[in-house]
Parts: sequence; structure tokens; C-alpha cells
Amino acid sequence: MSDKNEGALNSLTGIVDGLYADLDKGNIPAMEVALRSKRNIEFNPGTGVWNYGSLTSARTAKTVKGAMMLLRTVYTADFIKGMLESNKSSTLREMYYISEGWNNAKFQTQDESVILAEDLEILTGYMREDFKLRPEEDGARIYGDLTLTELTRKGEKKKMNCIDDVGDSGYGIPYNVGPEKIEFKNCNAKFVIAIETGGMFDRLVENGFPERHDALLVHLKGQPTRGTRRFIKRLNEELGLPITVFTDGDPWSFRIYASVAYGAIKTAHISDYLATPAAQFIGITPSDILNYDLPTDKLTDKDKGALNAELSDPRFKDEFWENEIQAMIGMGKKAEQQALAKYGLDFVTDTYLPEKLTDMGIL
Amino acid sequence: MHSSDNESGAKAGAGSRSIAYKLADAQQEISVAEFFEKNKQILGFDSRSKSLLMGVKEAVDNALDACEEAEILPIINVKIERFEDDDYKISVDDNGPGIVHKAMPNVYGRLLYGSRFHAYKQSRGQQGIGISASVMYGYLTTGQSAHIISKISGEDEVAWEMDIVVDTKNNRPRITNDRAFTWDRDHGTSVEFTIKGRYVTGKQSIFEYLKNTAIVNPHAYITFQDPDGTKWTFENATEITPVKPKEIKPHPEGMEIGDLMKFAHSSNQKDVQSFLRNEFSRVTKRIADEILELAGVNPKTSPKKLTRDDCANIIKAIGKVKIMAPQTDCLSPIGDTLIKKGLMHVMDGLRPDYYATPVTRNPRTVNGNPFVVEAGIVYGGEIPSDGQVNILRFANRVPLLYQQGACAVTKAISDMDWRRYGLEQRGGKGIPYGPAIIMVHVASTKVPFTSEGKEAIASYPEILNEITAALRLCARNLKSHLNKIERRSKTRAKFDIVQKILPDLAIKTAKYLNRPVPALDRTITKIMNVVWIEPSVEKINKNERRYTYTIYNYTDKVRNFGLHAHLPKESVNLALFSDPCFKEMDDNGRAFWEIRELQPSVTTVITFELKGEMADTFAEEDIYISGISPVIVMGADPLPGDWGLEGLEITEEEEYSVEDNDEDEEDEILEDDEFEKEAKE
Repeated sequence: MSDKNEGALNSLTGIVDGLYADLDKGNIPAMEVALRSKRNIEFNPGTGVWNYGSLTSARTAKTVKGAMMLLRTVYTADFIKGMLESNKSSTLREMYYISEGWNNAKFQTQDESVILAEDLEILTGYMREDFKLRPEEDGARIYGDLTLTELTRKGEKKKMNCIDDVGDSGYGIPYNVGPEKIEFKNCNAKFVIAIETGGMFDRLVENGFPERHDALLVHLKGQPTRGTRRFIKRLNEELGLPITVFTDGDPWSFRIYASVAYGAIKTAHISDYLATPAAQFIGITPSDILNYDLPTDKLTDKDKGALNAELSDPRFKDEFWENEIQAMIGMGKKAEQQALAKYGLDFVTDTYLPEKLTDMGIL
Repeated sequence: MHSSDNESGAKAGAGSRSIAYKLADAQQEISVAEFFEKNKQILGFDSRSKSLLMGVKEAVDNALDACEEAEILPIINVKIERFEDDDYKISVDDNGPGIVHKAMPNVYGRLLYGSRFHAYKQSRGQQGIGISASVMYGYLTTGQSAHIISKISGEDEVAWEMDIVVDTKNNRPRITNDRAFTWDRDHGTSVEFTIKGRYVTGKQSIFEYLKNTAIVNPHAYITFQDPDGTKWTFENATEITPVKPKEIKPHPEGMEIGDLMKFAHSSNQKDVQSFLRNEFSRVTKRIADEILELAGVNPKTSPKKLTRDDCANIIKAIGKVKIMAPQTDCLSPIGDTLIKKGLMHVMDGLRPDYYATPVTRNPRTVNGNPFVVEAGIVYGGEIPSDGQVNILRFANRVPLLYQQGACAVTKAISDMDWRRYGLEQRGGKGIPYGPAIIMVHVASTKVPFTSEGKEAIASYPEILNEITAALRLCARNLKSHLNKIERRSKTRAKFDIVQKILPDLAIKTAKYLNRPVPALDRTITKIMNVVWIEPSVEKINKNERRYTYTIYNYTDKVRNFGLHAHLPKESVNLALFSDPCFKEMDDNGRAFWEIRELQPSVTTVITFELKGEMADTFAEEDIYISGISPVIVMGADPLPGDWGLEGLEITEEEEYSVEDNDEDEEDEILEDDEFEKEAKE
């Protein structure tokens, strides 16, 4: 067991001990976890990312939900203890299925198990990897002139160039992208474009954009996983590459950018580790929709709700975002990044991106 | 409904008698057959399925009325057989008092026979046109005569049978095969006739009609055999016969000109003053004189000589004179207990969760006729919850199956905001949605209908108000039941915590830490902080149930308090009196138990048994507490203010409730929808 694992285990035991003590003293068992809401995220000027503030929410055995959470916490702690002691690991999904045998403590949805794992991270200050829990989701694809080594399961360091040694779909990053797993060897790319949709990623590869402009493409696949975000942060910090984010022009995409640049609300306890404050938003911005006269869809009621929620999200509290969000509410329209194809397949690589990147001072 | 409809309804409400007489007059000029053909619609024969239902309805209503008159518990057998060409044979027999031989031809073979114009009385028969009309319609459509058997009670009596057709030319019965024979019953009547019809199932079916009849006539035993030979039985739910409605003289305020003329011309009184005094209720000599003076009619005039104008003036004058409201003791409502029994009996298959205590209002009057409104609501169980509520309408114990939309009952229901009583309703108007059956019964010496078809009760404000008032009371009961369910589920949730989750938590933490399992009493007390009363009912036999209330003191104080229940007192047995906590029961069945010195974390139990016909009228959740703050009690309500408490020594202690505000614990990450995009793609 590594030191980290040992520390994590001690920390978990501390939580269980606290609950036992409550029962033993005849009190109502309870624990406090940082309130995981946009009401409780604060900007950290030191790191430039958003973390949880001082608000907490109580999990108490006074409610069925609270009591259930406590019981699940103990079962999960016990399960992790067993894994640490026998040097095994499991996916979050496996843990969800293992909970079938936990009687009353059984998880009803996998979300519950994910949220609980995150709670444990918050409570203990350790990461889920330290608990031997891993996601089953795969990370992003990358394409560009970057050479790296990956420590494979067979124990060998495999060296790859992310253009020459990969196919059209690029290099798929593993869920664990820490330095012990992936080492950056050589990089000729000058900047990173993180792209929301696979269609746009492929368009840029097909049009030879990475080669022509020394760009490194990262496919975000919607909301990026922890691994993807960590990988982007490493590219920025270790290789000094400027990061840009290119998404659809809709309220949900703004949140994708926010999670890359500012830190996601759900994982604000590890924003230091995942967020890249230097990341810049390329678009599609609501202004782009007007300036480039892009084909649009009407905002749905859910879209409108999301935009209004963003107006009260502290991460979007700056002039740029407030103007853009208001503009989108005003026009009542949204556009996909592939709407740029209105002007031909090359428009995005010949005109749109060069223009935007030049404005940003990257090209 | 618009007010203009109300007016026409009022006129139409004058009843079958006016049309009946029109019909009789009409015989002079056209044949009855012709008249029938022209007026099929208003007579209720507007469709074949309805004609068939009408035939059954007339016969069954007659049977019930006759049994009621004779105070016999009715046994009625209905059978429908299908022949070729949509010919159906209706057979209805009953154990009623029977009809004397001489009267049989006229009852079945002469239109409007037996309509006694001046008899004002709550009866089923005032609806519809009479059994003879159905018999005649059957003859006109199939050419078949009706076969009647009847026998009256008595040692020397024999049964008579005969075939009857209506001579449509002069409205007289034509009899064949008239003979006496020995019948194997003491008394009763059997009628068989064939009619063109269509047999349907569903909301306007004969089955539905009989089922609903059984609800409002819980004393009747009814069997039904459909054309496929399937047989149903609606057993009687009670052996209590309804109180016989009293016959009263008409009240002047309900008079219409046609009625008054017919009435006057058939009167034997020597002058119009005594006609008014003697043949109407609430008319004194002074009032009669006042009316006649205002009308400008000489009090000495013979009533037979009154002109149309005289009558019109008299009616106008009646409107201006203050006359005492009619007597109301002539009605025979079903009563809350029997409505509940009737509903429970018939609805049992749907296993409803709740029968709201039915409401019988005090009598009121409309247009000089006394009426009384009764209502009940059945809720939950297997009653379909995805559609509009089912509305059951009744007039004088007869189900109304047609023209729901035009009926005062529907209007009153639609005008109420049911959302506050726990039913869904779009915009707080219209027929509400949900798993409920709403039942309304209007009984009157003369139920006002919107039209001759007598399918919808006219929307007079007096009637609407009464229906609304009755429904509100029922709905309030329903709401308090729904609240109870909700409170109980909250308690149930807490119970889950202390019974399942906490013990698990104790065992699991102890095992993890390798320490002894901690005792949970104090934690449980802190979490619950209630006295919890949990009822359970055990069915020992048919009509015999054991009720057990388990009382848990999940507070940190010793508790003393009283428990109360209103029991059907004829149903209790020794089990009640031998319970150590039992203190007393008053003449009305209000029982009182005293819980003394119930220690924290301690449980006690009270039990009693109910036996007999009324046993099922007690609902186990109707238990009340006194002498303890209701906020710390789950499972029982505080004693209602009108309970009539006496001699209770326990004093109420002050206690403020510890409201749990953390029920709505936030899970805001999910609410933020941050990861919506993933779902979208």
C-alpha cells in the first residue's frame, strides 16, 4: 500500500469513527460536506481557478436521504478498505454493481455512487485514484505534432508521435494521465485547440489544419472527463502551450469551456488539479452567430433556463460572458460549430479559425 | 348551464304529469302509436339501447317502490334474452306486495294509469313515463304481448297471470289468457315483455344501472342475467328498510298553470277558497283569501269553473304572498351510514383506499318542493387514476345515466376548485381528474329536471348550493385523509430510519472498527421525537374485525394522554371492555382509553373487536388524542372540538414542535445541470 493509499485509508477510518462515536453517545449521526452548488464556489486569486467556499451541507440521520448517505458512506469506506488491503481496484460502475449486496445501502443509480466518491474526496482531501476507484469512461482523442510515452499495462514505455504513429482518429488518452503514466518528450505544436464535437475534430484533421498551423487538437467529447481536463492542464503548464476551446454556440457549451478554464462545480475541490485558467474561448460566440450570419436553431425552454442560470453563476461574472449570454437571450438563437459549413467545407480552416486565432494573438 | 336553460328546465320540471296529460289529450286526435313515434325522444325511447334500459328501469323502479311501500326487503331478478332482429325479452320479477287481479290490466296496459295527480311524495315512479309505456313500446316494435304474473299476500289468494297488449286506439288494455294458478311464492310480481333494443355495456348499460341502483338501495337484493347468460348478484348490504316517505299536499309555490287547471277541475271542493285551503299545504284561510283577493277571483267560485286566466292570476298572486316553506319531514334520505355501506358493498372490487364519510344535508326547498342532497366520495385503490373522476348521479334513489353534462350535479362539481382537496383539475374548473368516484343523490317530492327525459337535474341555485355544500364536506374529509396518508408516509420514513438504516449503520461501523455495536435508544428517541400510533386491522370472520393500536413513545419524556374513537356501539364486544387502558364508552359509542406513564422507548397496545353488520363502518385511522400536544403525535389527530369531552383530568403540556427543516436537503449539483451536454449528445 502506498503512502497515499495509507493516508486515504486512515482518513476514511476517521469518518467511520466519527459516525460510531455519534451513535455511541446517543447523538444523531451527521457529517458536513462542502455544499456542492454554484452558490458555494469562490475564485482563488492564487491559482486562478474556482474552488468550494465555506458553505457546508449536513448529512444527518434525521432524514431518510441523509441516513442513507451515511450508511452508504460506511459501506463504501468498508469496500475501499477491502480493496486497499487486497491491492485491487474497481471502476465506479463496478462499485455500483457491488452495492447490490449492501441491502439498504444499495445505490439506486450510478450517479449516486459517483457523487459519493466525490464526497469522499472532499471529506478526506484524497483523490478517488487513492481509493482505488477509477472511471470507466475513456478520455479524449488528440491529434498534432506531440511525441509522448505511455506506460502500458505490460509495463513498457511506448513512444508515439500523435500524427505519425496514429490513425485519422488520433491518439486516445487513458483515464490516468499523470506524469508516471504519460511523459511528454517532444512537441512542435504551438497551441492547442480543444474541440467539442467529433465532426469538427475530423474536419480539421481532414483539412490538414494541425500540420498547416502547428496546432494540437483535443477532442473534448462533450463535457470533458477529468483525464482530458488534466491532460490539457499539463499541456499548458509543462509545455507552455496556449489553450483554446472551440465549441458549439449554445448555453451548454459555455459550461464546457467553464469546466476547462475555471473548474467544474461538481469537482471544485480539485479545480487546482484540473482547470486551466489560461484557456481562451474561440467560439462559437453569440457575436459570431451575428457576424458570420450562421444558420441557427431556436433556443428551447431548457436552453433559456440554462442561460439564466449562468447569469447567476459566479464563474460567468465578467463583462465578456455577461454580454454574450445577454446577446444570446436577446436573439433567442443558438448555432452548432458545424454551421460554419454554410460557407463551404474549408471555411472553418481557411477563414474562421485563422481570423479568430489572429485576433487572439495566437497565429 | 345558462339561465335560460334553467327557466326551461323549471317548466319542464313540472314533470311527467303535464306531458302525460298532453299525451292523454292527444289520444283524441291521433293514435297513441303516432304520438309515440313523434315524441320518442322526450319519452326516452330515442335510441334502441336506451329503450331497452328504460324497460328494465321502469320495471325495477316499480318493484322497489312497491316493496318500499309494503316495507318488504326487495329481492329483484332481472333477465335479458336476445332473440332475432334485435328483439330482447325483459323479465323482471320481485317479491313485492303484488297487484290485485282487477288492477293488473290497467297498470300494464293503460298509459298513465295510477298517476295520482295530487300525491306529492318522494318516489322512483315519478321519473319516466311508466311501465305501461315500455310495454306499449315493446308491442309497437315487436308485436308481442306482455306476460304478467302477480300474487298478493293472503291465505285465500291465488296468483293470476295474463297476457296484455295496449289497445293503441283508445289507450285501453286488451287481455288474453287470463287465469288463476298456484304460484310457489307468497306474494310478488313478474313481468315479461319483448322490445326492440340494443344491448350495450359500459357507462349507460343495464348492468351499470343495476349496480348503481344497488348502491343507493343497499337494502335491495338484485340479480341480473345478461343476454349471454352471465349472472350477477348484488346482495343487500343491510336489512334496514328505508323509512317510508310521507305523502304531502303540494305547496302552492311549485304550481304551474297547467297543473293548477287540471288540479282545480278534478277537485271536489265546493269553492276555490276551500280548494286552496284543503288541497295545498301551508295555505290557511287568511292566505287563501289574500291570494284570491290579489288574483281578483271570487272565493266562492267553484274550482271546476276556474278559467285559464283565473289560474294565471292565482299563480301570479301566489308569488306575491308570503307562504310558509313546505314541510320537509316527508323525505326519506338514504343516510350517511347506509350510503357508505352501499358504496362499500358495490365498490369493494376496486379496493378503494378511502370512503369519505358521506354527507346528508338538512332538507331545503325549491319551488315549493322540499329536497335533500346527499353526497359521498370514494377514493384510491384500483379506481382508474388517469382520467376524469367518475360521477354517479341519483334522483330519488334512481341512477341517472344520461345527459351528465346538463346536470346540476356536474355543474356543481365543475364549479368547485378540487385542487385544494387533493384532486387534479385544470385551472381549478371542470370535472376533476384522479382515482375518485363522486356520488350525489337528490331526493325530493318532485325532483326538478331539465327536460321531459328526466336525465339531468335542473340547476336551480338552491340545489347547486346544497350539492356544493355536501361535496365540500365530503371533500374536506377526503383532504384530511390524504393529509393523513402523507403524514403517515413521513412517519413511515422516520420509522425506516430507526428500524432499518440506523441498526445497519451501527452494525457496519462497529464491524469496520472492530468494536461493540452501540445501543441506539437515545439516538432513536432524538430522531423520532414523537409518540407514534400505528393501527392494524385483522379480519377474524366476515363482519368481524380486530383492531390493534400499537403506541410507541419515541420521546425522552414519560407520556400520559387519552385516546378516543367513535365506534358503532352495537358492534363492540368484551374485548373492548377488558382492555386495561379502556375507560368508558358513552351512549353514542364514543370510546375513551387512557394511556398512563408511558416511558420513553416503551411500547404499549390497545385492542378491541367489532362484530356485526356495522363493523365495517369504522375506519381504523379515525382515532383521536387528547391531553398531549398533537405536534408530537404521529398517527392520530387531535380530538375534534365538537366531540363533547367531559371529565378528562389530564392537562395538556406545552410543547413546541421540532420541525425538521432539512427534509428538502439540497442536492444542488444535480439541479445545476452542469453535465446536461453529455446527456444531450
